[in-house]
Amino acid sequence: MEYHHFNMETENKSNSLVIDDTVYETQLTRKFRQRKHYTKPDPKMINAFIPGIVREIYVKRGQSVKEGDKLLLLEAMKMKNILTVLRSGIIKEIHITAGDMVYKGQLLIELE
Amino acid sequence: MVDYFQTKSEDKLSFLSKIKDFFFRKDKASIGGGEKAIQKQAAMGKMTARERINALLDPNSFLEFDLFVEHACRDFGMDKKELPADGVITGTGLIAGSPVCIFAQDFTVAGGSLGLMHARKITKVMDHAIKMGIPLIGINDSGGARIQEGVNSLAGYGEIFYRNTLASGIIPQISVILGPCAGGAVYSPALTDFVFVVDKISKMFITGPEVIKTVLGEEISMEDLGGARIQSEITGNAHFFSRSEIECFEQIKRLLAFIPKNNQSKSDSVSVRKPKSRFEIEKIIPSDPSKPYNICDVIRSLVDDSDFLEVQENWAANIVVGFGRINGETVGIVGNQPMVLAGVLDVDSSDKAARFIRYCDAFEIPLLTLVDLPGYLPGVDQEHAGVIRHGAKVLYAYSEASVPKITVILRKAYGGGYIAMCSRHLGADFVFAWPTAEIAVMGPEGAANIIFKSEITSAADPDAMRKQKVQEYTEKFANPYVAAANGYIDAVINPADTRNTVMQTLKLSTNKKETRPYKKHGVPPF
Repeated sequence: MEYHHFNMETENKSNSLVIDDTVYETQLTRKFRQRKHYTKPDPKMINAFIPGIVREIYVKRGQSVKEGDKLLLLEAMKMKNILTVLRSGIIKEIHITAGDMVYKGQLLIELE
Repeated sequence: MVDYFQTKSEDKLSFLSKIKDFFFRKDKASIGGGEKAIQKQAAMGKMTARERINALLDPNSFLEFDLFVEHACRDFGMDKKELPADGVITGTGLIAGSPVCIFAQDFTVAGGSLGLMHARKITKVMDHAIKMGIPLIGINDSGGARIQEGVNSLAGYGEIFYRNTLASGIIPQISVILGPCAGGAVYSPALTDFVFVVDKISKMFITGPEVIKTVLGEEISMEDLGGARIQSEITGNAHFFSRSEIECFEQIKRLLAFIPKNNQSKSDSVSVRKPKSRFEIEKIIPSDPSKPYNICDVIRSLVDDSDFLEVQENWAANIVVGFGRINGETVGIVGNQPMVLAGVLDVDSSDKAARFIRYCDAFEIPLLTLVDLPGYLPGVDQEHAGVIRHGAKVLYAYSEASVPKITVILRKAYGGGYIAMCSRHLGADFVFAWPTAEIAVMGPEGAANIIFKSEITSAADPDAMRKQKVQEYTEKFANPYVAAANGYIDAVINPADTRNTVMQTLKLSTNKKETRPYKKHGVPPF
């Protein structure tokens, strides 16, 4: 019987993993290598929380906005989602234009 | 018996014409979607539904049900359309002389789409399998719901899911994905015990690439979204991967040879053959506990003929689960794999082990657990993915299992990992440890850094002090004797005696009966 460890074939390099200060010699899986590293959410960076289409943008570059102000309308899964300001500030950059299709996590608007 | 050929000539004529008519009808219904559609199926590298059944079952053993079933749709001009056998072949037959029930969706008939009668044929053969107490094999090759049949098609799926759930833990249910299996249809395989996929042929997803592209703007191929490799390596939805349909059928036969026909019977025992001499424990285990080895080699040194059938070998490979025989009897084996991610427990490996343990318990297959793990995988991704909830599944499954539970600790059994891997505390019947076992709250490095923190930091040479303290801790605690002194392990054994010891304990546990207070069912963390 033939065995099909296909992830082993591609990930055959030996690696190490540290658990409780001990270094273990071991292989790493593709899923482990591709895991997302954690980054602290930055309230100044407005990202798409869901993939979809930007229908309307309510702010302009340089405009000062306060908490709760509408930023843009993101249509996803037939739902119209309004993204609002989390912390008052000035619009530093707008990275999209109305009609753009955006992926999950894409940076849409930056605040100063 | 009436001798028809002695009767009057007009009766004879009528009788013969009826037989002729029967063969005509039978041939017409058996052809499926016709020559053109069959050629198309072959061009995709796929066998037809009938070829698949013939390849899987013993020759001439197939008894077909419901060949003459007609579809029920009267809308959208469907009443003028003929769908032979309504796109699914169902029946019962033998594999290696043992009865099974089987259905195979016929992609050549309306894309194998599922309508009311198609579903009814499937649920009928499912009911039959449950009544007869025999395994059910479902070959999936379908474009999904037959849209023309609307809500009747949805009802059909629901009836199948309901029976999948009722049959769960009573008869083995095997799903074979030999084509698309999309939308709601995926939930039948997901509810079954073992899912087989074939490279480049199997495709499983809830929403396909088209929908994902139009709704979300993400472009991906069917293969990358839900192909056989993705289902085997990334999602864990599939249990067995093969490179061709024929190889897949061989795998199914191999699995069926290991497992019991139902939850009331034992799997067929076979003549005992010793493990192959090339698998020798002394040669497999490195002396440095931080160096890896392949746990499958240890398993092959313990099971009859070194014959081990691994389940989900490409997913969460840091734990190994599968079937082997010891002294001719099937045993479910769970072992940490030091070769991958040092054998840690994490979200996926916990999920994988827990499901397998519950399968074995449901079908009265004794469990052998081989322990060598440094603990749980640290990481934000793990915590946020719910390693607490998923890890708890292992504790639940082992504690709940009432089959004979035998545990052997090979090297490391640290912290929560020690408890989780079928420790005495979770109801193991026999716990053995090799002299190389290290049963402790954590590894010597980590433990020394915490316990002797002030000594190490205040020392003139902290590194030398750390080394010394690690050494002290290792000598005192990195062994099986502290746990043995507390009675947490039953015996320290010579690694070379492991097979004999397991064999002996299996014999000693044949009468095991564990009764617990009545409950409807527990609430496992799933």
